[in-house]
Amino acid sequence: MSTLDTRTAEPAAPAVTGRTPRGRRRDPRRSRTAGHIPLGRRLRRDRTLLLMTVPALVLVVVFHYIPILGNLVAFQDYDPYVSTNGVTAMLESPWVGLDQFERVFSDPGFWHAVENTLVLFLLQLVLFFPVPIALALLVNSVLRPRVRALVQAILYLPHFFSWVLVITVFQQILGGAGIIAQTLRQHGHEGFDLMTDPAIFAFLVTAEGIWKDAGWGVIVFLAALAAVNQDLYEAAAMDGAGRGRRMWHVTLPALRPVIALLLVLRVGDALTVGFEQLLLQRDAVGPGAAEVLDTFVWWTGLRSQDFSYAAAAGLVKGVVGLVLVLSANKTAHLMGEQGVYRK
Amino acid sequence: MTRNVEAPRRPQPSRRRTPTRWAAPARPVWEEPPGRAGLAAKGAVLVLACLAVLVPLWIVVVTSLSSKKTITETGGLVVVPRDITFIAYQELLSGGQVTRAAVVSVLVTLTGTVFSMAVSILCAYGLSRPGSLGHRFILLTLLATMFFGAGLIPTYLLVQTLGLTDTYLALILPSAVSVFNILVLRGFFMGVSPELVDSARIDGAGDLRILWQIVMPLSRAVIAVITLFYAVGYWSAWFNASIYLSDQNMMPLQNVLIQLAQKQEIPVGLGQAVKAGNLSGLAVQMAVMVLALLPVAVLSPFVQKHFRKGMLTGAVKG
Repeated sequence: MSTLDTRTAEPAAPAVTGRTPRGRRRDPRRSRTAGHIPLGRRLRRDRTLLLMTVPALVLVVVFHYIPILGNLVAFQDYDPYVSTNGVTAMLESPWVGLDQFERVFSDPGFWHAVENTLVLFLLQLVLFFPVPIALALLVNSVLRPRVRALVQAILYLPHFFSWVLVITVFQQILGGAGIIAQTLRQHGHEGFDLMTDPAIFAFLVTAEGIWKDAGWGVIVFLAALAAVNQDLYEAAAMDGAGRGRRMWHVTLPALRPVIALLLVLRVGDALTVGFEQLLLQRDAVGPGAAEVLDTFVWWTGLRSQDFSYAAAAGLVKGVVGLVLVLSANKTAHLMGEQGVYRK
Repeated sequence: MTRNVEAPRRPQPSRRRTPTRWAAPARPVWEEPPGRAGLAAKGAVLVLACLAVLVPLWIVVVTSLSSKKTITETGGLVVVPRDITFIAYQELLSGGQVTRAAVVSVLVTLTGTVFSMAVSILCAYGLSRPGSLGHRFILLTLLATMFFGAGLIPTYLLVQTLGLTDTYLALILPSAVSVFNILVLRGFFMGVSPELVDSARIDGAGDLRILWQIVMPLSRAVIAVITLFYAVGYWSAWFNASIYLSDQNMMPLQNVLIQLAQKQEIPVGLGQAVKAGNLSGLAVQMAVMVLALLPVAVLSPFVQKHFRKGMLTGAVKG
């Protein structure tokens, strides 16, 4: 299946990752290292290119790499007021070893956040994940180009709305002071408030996610569908396969690698479930239902000013997340090798 | 001149090529025509999906344009617009908190997007000539950040240490570059025909000139997509403002919307108009929402046809 590999799908298209395709020689015309050029000359030749990467590199080092060192506060009893700036405060704060981690692991609040994170992740996996696939199959079956483009434009739109906006829209429609509840009340029925009900909060979050991003998720599957060899359908039809069997034996196998890849990547991201989305609704529903790992770190760290404790919790999440991402990535790569390069 | 050097497009399946774009293309002979029931069900689901997106937006827009009288009469659920009035917008945009927040949002979005694009395009081009000195190392340095984040607390402490709190730089710098966007740009820059680049080099063009006059004009589509991504990112951002800014007067639009919608606070300066009785609080809320969604809703359809390529890169990033 070649849909995800732009190299095979479009011969002139760029290689997407930085890696040279394995087992294939680099185009000598594009290689700047053809022959042996001394370092000094290469430096002079490529200095403009190197300089061009400097601004981005500086930003990434300052805002990604340096804060990693800041995780050292997780091993301290950090007191921001011991000194005037963060660095000296860090140097003067006492080291406490793994005490903060012990606190984290014996905190029922932390485990509650872990539980909520996993429940939300699983629910989204079961309810959210299949929606874009189904939508893509539907959109793909629309033949009229104008109608198709219109449907796509409408479905993509909510992806570009901010979470603030999405949640506000939901609140205005479904909330206790929302339009539906008010109309019901005006006609003598009982009102309701879906936005503050912890019992259904997980479903509400999933519904918001679907409204916002299911349409956007369609793109990848549509691309995969566009790359299906149309001859396969004809051959299947010649062999007597009806609509349903063609879907089962041609379309779905074509989508399988993409589905598997996205699934694996999603699992790698399991500990991150909608930080902004949940933070915005945390006050309305209460931490019982809305507290996930990210909001737990935010609350303990920034609200309660317990920086070291929050950093420790964040570090635990980061390390587990890294392991998940790396293994998911490895799996995807293995599958990718199999699915993307094998014709 | 740039037209004919563009990479050949993927041949479209023939069924998409139709003389009139509204008409359905002819079916292949082997494909049985769809049953009436199936067609109806399919159409119904698609129409419902589109309505699920459009109806809430319609209600928001219509309510923001309604007078207090209409809103009270309908009990809040305005579906059919009657006596349209722009009073909510007039009040919001006549100075005061919302006007200021909108200006802040527009300025932060513009500056941030320009800055991010400049940095990203330069970096993407710098990494797009294979075999150049150190490009693999720099690429790995950037790629590694996609696998782990430093965490909220250390980032917060850093921004504080750098003295960025309570400045607009705190809204721009920490999230100024997206490695993913750089990779997408780089992928396209690498697709520009090397012959073209080489001939420009022989003609004496330096790297900057090649980037500006050859590579960028050829990558217009992807630049449009990435610009939209960055702009939407800045426009939608509220979290950095909520933790790094303490001055209410500096808050961008999204943060004002949060206060308005979640805490039911009427923006400063509007209380009089609402009390005076000719303006509905609901209309004010809806009008702020329209302000927040308008730029995005207007811009994204224009870039829509290029989305697929950007997203594909996203799917293989792992």
